[in-house]
Formats: sequence, structure tokens, C-alpha cells
Amino acid sequence: MKVTVFVSPKTTVLDPQGAAVEQAIKSLGHHSIEGVRVGKTVTFEMEGSDTPEIRDEIDRLCDGLLSNPVIEDYRYEITSE
Amino acid sequence: MKVAIIQFPGSNCDWDAEHSVEDVIGLPAGRVWHKDSLPDGTEAVIVPGGFSFGDYLRCGAIARFSPIMKDLQRFADQGGQVLGICNGFQILCESGLLPGALVRNDCMEFRCLNQGLKVEESNDRFNSKILGDNLSLPIAHGEGNYRASDEVVAELETNKQILLRYMPNPNGSINDIAGIRNNAGNVYGMMPHPERAVEDHHPCLDGLPVLKAFLQPLLNSSPVELSA
Repeated sequence: MKVTVFVSPKTTVLDPQGAAVEQAIKSLGHHSIEGVRVGKTVTFEMEGSDTPEIRDEIDRLCDGLLSNPVIEDYRYEITSE
Repeated sequence: MKVAIIQFPGSNCDWDAEHSVEDVIGLPAGRVWHKDSLPDGTEAVIVPGGFSFGDYLRCGAIARFSPIMKDLQRFADQGGQVLGICNGFQILCESGLLPGALVRNDCMEFRCLNQGLKVEESNDRFNSKILGDNLSLPIAHGEGNYRASDEVVAELETNKQILLRYMPNPNGSINDIAGIRNNAGNVYGMMPHPERAVEDHHPCLDGLPVLKAFLQPLLNSSPVELSA
């Protein structure tokens, strides 16, 4: 199965990259856009199927390595492909 | 060796840290590879600056899982003296030895300059009587913007855990925080580079008293005397 992890800066944490991108978007004339946040995507293949144990393992990975809970949130999607 | 300097792939201030401790201050120091153990008899550990593991994922995120970090955790739990400088500070935050995290500078630029700092009255080793009211130390970082929850920042302020504040703020760091310590007073972290300010050919010499303050338990059993 394929796992896609989305890591994003917490809404309470300043996101300088998001702010810079938002400025660029506005300078292109898109004034109706705001709240830009820049995160990252991590994808990997994993053996097994979508079970609570597998989700525990992915959560542990996300909480320790792939994201820093002080500054980031994460969510992930599991697809069988 | 009394002072162990941890070397990760991508560390680049390890030799400077060793030189400043051993040749300038005169304490036996040595570099320890991140896959090795802390040598017996280690009395202080410096986690040096650089770009450990290429800063991939987040600064310090991968170094945090290096084998030596278990030793370092144990060493710190037992009251051992630990100092993280720049990337070392980021690693200590990622590993939970210090609270908070360091994110991208708000200016989105790498900041490399001789930075003005205000010395806080933190404890009997780090205060303005010993270090002076103000210091100037080199900074060189892209991710030095200190962030923590409001509760954590309030705790840092209440417990006097803030060592140094930027003056002026180069990176958007909350409450101008440039360096902190843990509540127990044995783990220190700062973005400025004291090891780059210890000799006459450096931009200034303010790093010397900062390193000596950190190493004070090794240098002398009594508190550092106020210099005349």
C-alpha cells in the first residue's frame, strides 16, 4: 500500500514561507487569496494493510521523525495501490 | 577528554569548538562521531553548529535519532553539562532536551553578521555581572526563529531560562530569544556562535566569557570571578 503524509505548519506558528508565497500571489493580482501555508508531502510504500496497528506505526513515525509536534501538524492517506 | 564535541555528518563547527575549548581555554577536548558512545569521564558535551544530515526534513530532525543521542539524553538526565550551538541548539530542541523549536527566519534570508545581544539574569553562571550587559557574537543561520507555545514561553520567562536576547531581532524569534537553558540549569542552547569569537583575529572576543560560563563547573569549583 502507499502512504502519503502531509505535514503543515501549525496555524498558531508563524509560517515565513507561506507569508512570502502569499505576497508573491498578491503581487500577481490575486487579491482574493489569503492564508497561504507551505508544508511538505512525504510518500512511501509500506507492507501490510490499513489496520489500527499499521496506523499506530505510521503515527509514531509522523510524531517523532516526519513532523515536529511543537510547530507542525500532520495527516496521512493510505491507498491500496 | 573532558569536553566531548559530537560530530554528525554535516557538522562544520566541530573543529572550531574543539580549538576554542582545548587550545584557547585549555580544557582537554575531543570530537566524538555520532555513531560512537560518549567516552567515560566526559564532563561536558558540546553539540556544534553546521548542517547535520543536510538539514533535511527539518534542522536537527535526523541527528536527533543518531545513536549517540541516547547517551546524551542519559548524560543530561544525570546533570551533565550540555551546550548546543546553532544547529546544535536545533538538535537539542528536536530531541526534547530543550523546549520549543527553531523555524525559518521571518525575513526568509540566511542571516550572517556580528549580532548584538542582551545578557539576561538567568543564573549564577549566566548573568550580566559575569558576562556584561551586552555582547556581540557572530550568528549564521537560516532557521533561528525560536518558537514555542505561549505557556512554554511564559515558563521560560518565569524561570529565568532565557540566556540571551537579540538586540535588534534578526529573525523574528519570539520575545527576541537567542539562547535558553533547561530549568535544571545543565542544558544550554543558543543560535550565536561563541566559538567564533575567542581569538584576536575574530570579529570580537565575547565568545570567551560565554564558553567559560558554560564550562565553569569544569574550570573552577567556585563561581567565575567578576573580571576587573
